[in-house]
Amino acid sequence: MVQSRSLIDEKGRRSDGRIIDELREVKINVGIIRNADGSALIEFGKNKIIAAVYGPREVHPKHMALSDRCVVRCRYHMSPFSTDTRKSPAPSRRETEISKVIREALEPALILEDYPRAAIDIFIEVLQADGGSRCAGISAASVALADAGINMRDMVSACAAGKVDDKIVIDINDTEDKEGGADMPVAYMPNLKKITLLQLDGELNPNEFNTCLDEAIRGCLKVYEIQRSSLIEKYFGNEKGLKEE
Amino acid sequence: MSLSKKSTVIVENLRKKQMRESISAGKRLDERGLDEIRPIEIEIDVIKKASGSAWVKLGNTEVVAGVKVETGEPFEGLENSGALIITAEVLPIASPHVEPGPPDEETIELARVVDRGVRESEMLDLSKLVLVPGKIVYTIFVDCSIINVDGNLFDATSYAVVSALASCKLPVFEIKDDKVVETGRTQQPPVTTIPVSITTVKIGDYLLSDPNTEEEACMDARLTITTNSKGSIVAMQKGLKGNFSVDEVKSIADKARIKGEEIRNKLKGLINVG
Repeated sequence: MVQSRSLIDEKGRRSDGRIIDELREVKINVGIIRNADGSALIEFGKNKIIAAVYGPREVHPKHMALSDRCVVRCRYHMSPFSTDTRKSPAPSRRETEISKVIREALEPALILEDYPRAAIDIFIEVLQADGGSRCAGISAASVALADAGINMRDMVSACAAGKVDDKIVIDINDTEDKEGGADMPVAYMPNLKKITLLQLDGELNPNEFNTCLDEAIRGCLKVYEIQRSSLIEKYFGNEKGLKEE
Repeated sequence: MSLSKKSTVIVENLRKKQMRESISAGKRLDERGLDEIRPIEIEIDVIKKASGSAWVKLGNTEVVAGVKVETGEPFEGLENSGALIITAEVLPIASPHVEPGPPDEETIELARVVDRGVRESEMLDLSKLVLVPGKIVYTIFVDCSIINVDGNLFDATSYAVVSALASCKLPVFEIKDDKVVETGRTQQPPVTTIPVSITTVKIGDYLLSDPNTEEEACMDARLTITTNSKGSIVAMQKGLKGNFSVDEVKSIADKARIKGEEIRNKLKGLINVG
């Protein structure tokens, strides 16, 4: 990755006007797909992503079922109009890999032994992509799983941190991803304090790596608050009302 | 190979009986009249990365359509017109009965029927979308993501495509030194008419407009008719193993014109085009 132009100005503002430890605007709307058992629409900056959960339900084909726990299937997919240049609707290698890492980021939070011989299907559809779509997808899917009433050990919250103009920043956007120095998506279970997804492309020295990981986790905790309040809002009205009772 | 198949949505016999009784009394199980279309909501420009987009709700059926514009070679035999490509995918988020994978015959029929209505109505004057005759033309993709299924995907998808196309801003391309360059400017799409698709199904001896999932599971036959702004019929598709009498077809066609005009005015109002 070669840096072509300055991505942080002298006032410390990034290409989209944020400071280094500021998240893009995040909104989560729970239960927007009526047919699904659980669902969430996340708007994370310009990302617009729907996650829907079906299950626990019967496994088809039957031989895929596991006798002691539940099968988790995950599909991350981008609509053809979600990117700057049209994306072919057929699944790409990138989408196949992301589907796998997302499933593996969510599985540790699910109590799969509670649903032997069943399947939980997690479908993530990116309607508009803006960098950080896998993190936003994980955060939305985690809320959708909770909305579906699946037994969980913890929420999974995700956020990337990275290096831009030799500074560590959180929540890398599209431009920073393409032109910046490093991008490290992290998914984190905030109460159990465990990491469930970790990827990196770019170069970080040992100091930068430590800061980057700490910052990504701080970002995850901010996302967690938004996930939590979106669920509280759906099930109990607004959070304030709950405290006043 | 096309196989006759069982309905994936099962409606209990008792419920079917209830539905038939209700229909014969002129009222559907969701309280609608037989020719009543569910409420339509349209939000345009929901996808900023697309040249045009629309999120359409027809009752609980929800479709997002996005327009992407590129340049490319014209289709064979259509050297002097722009290329229009309409696709649809029923996403697995949309219903418990959808399996992820390549589109099945129903989804392909859906995309083709929607495409036929838009193409045959000549909604867009494709002859205005040519850069170098016979060589380089505008290629307009309208991709549809169906995100919640509750029947009548034909009409919902068609309304999404028409809304996204009618409200889109086409990028202006120019030829400079034999190369295509994007000017950064945009233009209004060359819209000539607003096609409206109306789907009617037959359950027993009764005709119902705009079926929901439960009604589709009980239908014997389906007929989709698209009309243009002049009220002429531009495309049709009969579906399923049931049949229609000539009189039934004529009455469905009349209704498609009348209901089509109502919907056309509604669409024009919702997407702000003349």
